[in-house]
Amino acid sequence: MSDFNRRKFLEGSASVAAAASLGAGAVFAPAVHAQTIKLTPEKGAKLRVLRWSRFVQGDIDQYMKNVAAFTAKTGIEVRVDNEGWEDVRPKAAVAANTGAGPDIILSTNDDANLYPEKLLDVTDLAEYLGKKYGGWYPAVQSYLRPDGKKWLGLGLGAAGSMMVYRTSMLKAAGYETFPKNTDDFLKMCQALHAKGTPPGFALGNATGDGLWCNWLMWSHGGKLVDQNNKVVIDSPETQKALEYGKQLYATFIPGTLSWLDPNNNKAFLDGQISVTNNGISIYYAAKNATDPKVKELQSDINHASFPVGPVGSPTESHLFFNQMVMKYTKYPQAAKEFLRFMMEQEQFTPWLTAAGGYIAPPLDFYAKIPVWTDDPKNTPYRDAVKNMRPTGYAGKLGYASAGAGADFIVVNMVAEAISGSKTPKEAMERAQKRAERYYKV
Amino acid sequence: MLERFQNSRNALGLAFMLPAALLLLIFLTYPLGLGVWLGFTDAKVGREGHWIGLENYEFLWGDSVTRLALFNTLFYTFVASVLKFVLGLWLAMILNRNIAMKTFFRAVILLPYIVPTALSAIAFWWIYDSQFSIISWVLLKLGLIDRYIDFLGVPWNARISTIVANVWRGVPFVAITLLAGLQTISPSYYEASAIDGATPWQQFRYVTLPLLTPIIAVVMTFSVLFTFTDFQLIYVLTRGGPLNATHLMATLSFQRAISGGALGEGAAISIAMVPFLLAAIMFSYFGLQRRAWQQGGKD
Repeated sequence: MSDFNRRKFLEGSASVAAAASLGAGAVFAPAVHAQTIKLTPEKGAKLRVLRWSRFVQGDIDQYMKNVAAFTAKTGIEVRVDNEGWEDVRPKAAVAANTGAGPDIILSTNDDANLYPEKLLDVTDLAEYLGKKYGGWYPAVQSYLRPDGKKWLGLGLGAAGSMMVYRTSMLKAAGYETFPKNTDDFLKMCQALHAKGTPPGFALGNATGDGLWCNWLMWSHGGKLVDQNNKVVIDSPETQKALEYGKQLYATFIPGTLSWLDPNNNKAFLDGQISVTNNGISIYYAAKNATDPKVKELQSDINHASFPVGPVGSPTESHLFFNQMVMKYTKYPQAAKEFLRFMMEQEQFTPWLTAAGGYIAPPLDFYAKIPVWTDDPKNTPYRDAVKNMRPTGYAGKLGYASAGAGADFIVVNMVAEAISGSKTPKEAMERAQKRAERYYKV
Repeated sequence: MLERFQNSRNALGLAFMLPAALLLLIFLTYPLGLGVWLGFTDAKVGREGHWIGLENYEFLWGDSVTRLALFNTLFYTFVASVLKFVLGLWLAMILNRNIAMKTFFRAVILLPYIVPTALSAIAFWWIYDSQFSIISWVLLKLGLIDRYIDFLGVPWNARISTIVANVWRGVPFVAITLLAGLQTISPSYYEASAIDGATPWQQFRYVTLPLLTPIIAVVMTFSVLFTFTDFQLIYVLTRGGPLNATHLMATLSFQRAISGGALGEGAAISIAMVPFLLAAIMFSYFGLQRRAWQQGGKD
């Protein structure tokens, strides 16, 4: 049960007032609303949690501290297994299919929509947290409340995919700030290329870093499917995006067609590229580096949101994280209590802070915590979930969107067209045919 | 009754065989049967499938990515198997001679095989890196190239690079097994042929090769099967990219069935591999292993 009560809320409010009166803007002031939920863990409950392996060390260190605090408080033993996020999906799929495995799974993107009937209904918990912490962002609801009523799981956040750039290299190319629109972005990339400090974006089958291809397509009005899940990727808008991409690709460092998720990190930290898309892990690595050469980069690295394209609004695509309770669990109440505990501010705020901005929050309240503003370089990552479009935009999530994403339909279409391996029309036709297979369901 | 049972060779044989048969049934026949069944359904992850007959296969037949994966698999298997055979036989012949530190070299040759595949794949991933490749670095320093080679970013480069990595891993298996075969050939054949004036090539052609054929048949059957079903190396190195140029049937099956959730379609891709694997086994069985001369008759 929540240990947040009216007294604490008043204490929190008082601290806000005190902070305001003292002008101490840095003092963290909770503004949560009093909510309660009654969960009674089963006697003798034990839990197994499967989660994706950390990308930043602070994440797992604090997560495990929170787990230990949960065990100390409730006496419920929790075993946490870590797998690379590529491997969580197959394991979760097997667990859902066989009805045996971890009680709680922290997975990625639209997994919850692959087997909704195998997941425990957590509507009460989601509503409790939503009301208490300023509401879930719309993207979270798309992923986890597909029918607008029942919650299939809880959002954990997203690894924001933002622009990561070298300030000095941009300056040398004549840019003081990062461009806000796609036209200026292209010009900047051309200038960077001319200076011998090219950009580089992954075009291989990269699960996380291939997401920039969604941005490329969406920013020009292209999309995989419409609201009725009709495949419409073969369109004039997508063609425009691909034509734009061809010009962009001409500025890239050679070799991006083979890039998987770790390649851009390596190239960036080695000083070979000036701009890429990534989570905050590059900055985190520089900040915490023991190698003085890498540590030096810390002051030069900065982040920005993706430029806005002709559609006129942000079209960001990020790696979303779910928390699912499997229906077969023997301890549903304990599992829900675990998730509640981990999502409460006493645990969630230190966790987000320790992760150094790697996980963008799913609830509005957590966008206000100091980690996003104490270091201004973290700020662009703060609103990743708030601004993101779900995979499979503009259609509904489910088997089809998951399959299309896993098959790298958009990434391969972009790679084929912008590298010149196929004409944009040929690449779109192939993507259309392949996507229609999934959306035939 | 018990005594009769204990004295019956047939009954005892059956009883001793039953545990193994049961294990085979559970761990081999059942998954294979399930795979065949799934291939005829539209099963998705977390959802029971419905019988759809040959629909998965019809779709796969027209699917350009599947056809490309089939081509890649055949090309990968053929080229890698031939190279593994040639290099493996050559190494086995060298190691069969009385060279200094023979035991040491025989142990060293096994190293690529005992290193976990994922680990060696990561090593190759670094070797082939578009920005950090040691090969490119050396060639550049020697002035032989003027820019880094894009090993995994160009379709044909990627195909060849993955084949090289596979050959590196697979050669020790072929070499050591053929070496074992060479060790069984009596030196008297060589002595006799030498007295008859046979050249080294003639000794190889008319003594070594025929006597080694049964072991070649076995080792190449296994080699072809392992190569055709390769997964880990590709998964770590390229995930099937660039532009699906290195997708093998096994990686495509995994991608569609597990990551993509299309269990039925993924199973159909896996089952589509079976005829090719059977053909490889049949070729070895009928073409090489059952040659009449092996049974004392004429070739």
